[in-house]
Amino acid sequence: MIPNPNIPEVIQNVPLQYYLILSTLLFVIGIIGVLTRRNAIIIFMSVELMLNAANILLIAFSSYRSDPSGQVFVFFIMAVAAAEVAVGLAIIVMIYRNTRNTDIGFLNKLKW
Amino acid sequence: MYPIVLLSVLGIVTLFLGFSKSKNILLPAVLLFLAIALAGNFFEWNKGPLLYFYDMFRVDNLTLAFNGIILASAFMIVAISGGFQDNAEAEPAEYYALMLFSLVGAIMMVGFEHLIMLFLGVEILSVAMYVLTGSNKRNLRSNEAALKYFLMGAFATGIMLFGMTLLYGATGSFELSEIQAYVSTTQQAVPSYILYAGLLLLLIGMLFKVSAAPFHFWTPDVYEGAPTIFTTFMSTIVKTAGFAALYRLLSHSFTGVYGFWWLVIAIIAILTLLVGNIGATTQNSFKRMMAYSGISHAGYLLIALTALSKPTQNAIVFYSLAYSLSTIAAFGVLILVSKEKTFEGQPDERYDAFNGLAKKNPFLAFVVTVSMLSLAGIPLTAGFWGKFFVFSSAADRGIIWVPAIAVLMSVVGIYYYFRVIIASYLKEGDIAEIRVAPFYKVILILATVLTIVFGLAPGLLEGIF
Repeated sequence: MIPNPNIPEVIQNVPLQYYLILSTLLFVIGIIGVLTRRNAIIIFMSVELMLNAANILLIAFSSYRSDPSGQVFVFFIMAVAAAEVAVGLAIIVMIYRNTRNTDIGFLNKLKW
Repeated sequence: MYPIVLLSVLGIVTLFLGFSKSKNILLPAVLLFLAIALAGNFFEWNKGPLLYFYDMFRVDNLTLAFNGIILASAFMIVAISGGFQDNAEAEPAEYYALMLFSLVGAIMMVGFEHLIMLFLGVEILSVAMYVLTGSNKRNLRSNEAALKYFLMGAFATGIMLFGMTLLYGATGSFELSEIQAYVSTTQQAVPSYILYAGLLLLLIGMLFKVSAAPFHFWTPDVYEGAPTIFTTFMSTIVKTAGFAALYRLLSHSFTGVYGFWWLVIAIIAILTLLVGNIGATTQNSFKRMMAYSGISHAGYLLIALTALSKPTQNAIVFYSLAYSLSTIAAFGVLILVSKEKTFEGQPDERYDAFNGLAKKNPFLAFVVTVSMLSLAGIPLTAGFWGKFFVFSSAADRGIIWVPAIAVLMSVVGIYYYFRVIIASYLKEGDIAEIRVAPFYKVILILATVLTIVFGLAPGLLEGIF
């Protein structure tokens, strides 16, 4: 990245690449969690980790570019993620009421 | 822009209508609301490209055409839902309100000019669909479909968001025009792999939503488990909106790197066609076959995207229209037929449910025949011209091998679509005469007649942009 004189030195002390690496790692951990865990709630937590990886990176890019639109996007993501949590947990509770379980291995009614 | 405002307000009104004692007012009211939104949509016809909401939302004739397809499909689907009167546990006001809200999301996806708008549109549409998929609360299959759809959808959203983030990092903006300007410049400040990775992740997220292979695993399960009326909603409206969004994204901001993504889309299109068509042949359930058919139609639409030439937008509009009409007619008949018998405690949704349909219900058999012919792409139906336009738009660009494989795959399609026709006309069965409500009949006739009219005169839609 090109150093920008408008950005405070405190922010520039940590190079942008570090944020890129951190959030990519978080994102990959999230993906691995979704693909390997068997509990619906933990899968859901992994998805949230992916969203937050994107949030961190958005804020980092936004600060380094002195451009507020990235940080505004983060607010949208947080609001939408909260709505998604509400619906998602409702679905998981609905399943738990019917099967007394949140393990996705129990979901085998639909297959070819 | 008017449909967004109208549908948001009228959706809330619909929720309040649920309090009223009289249950018969809801369905006409929702149909009226959709008609108002449809009228409001075409109010801006030919007013030229307009930008709203701080240049985040764009209205031009193409988006109005997509909105028209989406709202008209919604109108037909609401009409055949019949107010959910046969189900004592249903909450019609909430279902209709969620449908109206999800239409807001679909319209935002069609006309986005800023990636925040795309993200919000996708989420508004998807979150409402998660709830509707699981609306049959006591039914384990519906529950399972809802959870699968939700987890897969949220996963796709995460991938899509990370893609948008990387694009922002590379280009410094979420606006399509600025991304286009950045992509078109040759000397770039940021290493291009960030741009490419961002584009790929964003595409993966969107392809998840339109159920292209290899991201299609949720589709058959979700389509089968969801109540049929919401399956219809998903397979028509979500698909149309998804492709409108993909087209807008690729044509408005990534023409500069066409050489990078066209092969990716072409390979995914071929894979989708293989998975969809070959998967459909092995099914015994009509509803599950329709899910695989939806996957294969996503493949055909992706072929139109690989071309991105002048006729592409026409092809996508026509194809979405033809596909929506036939799908609504097919599911409309399935809803009636599946009520007649049960299989393993569920409404019978297998091919066998159609056995001997033509004997006492010649009308329903005719409707399902026309829709199957259209989905298979037999001449004199709208589906044929849809495929024709898609293939010719790809051939225009000089891409021959992709349509060639697609033609082969559409031959495979004839096998599984014709199983329904054979079951209704040639097999023995004992289906009693099915009573069809007058309004329901009108919608089925409308879908069938339009399919044939567009099959005879495909030029009707040409040159409207």
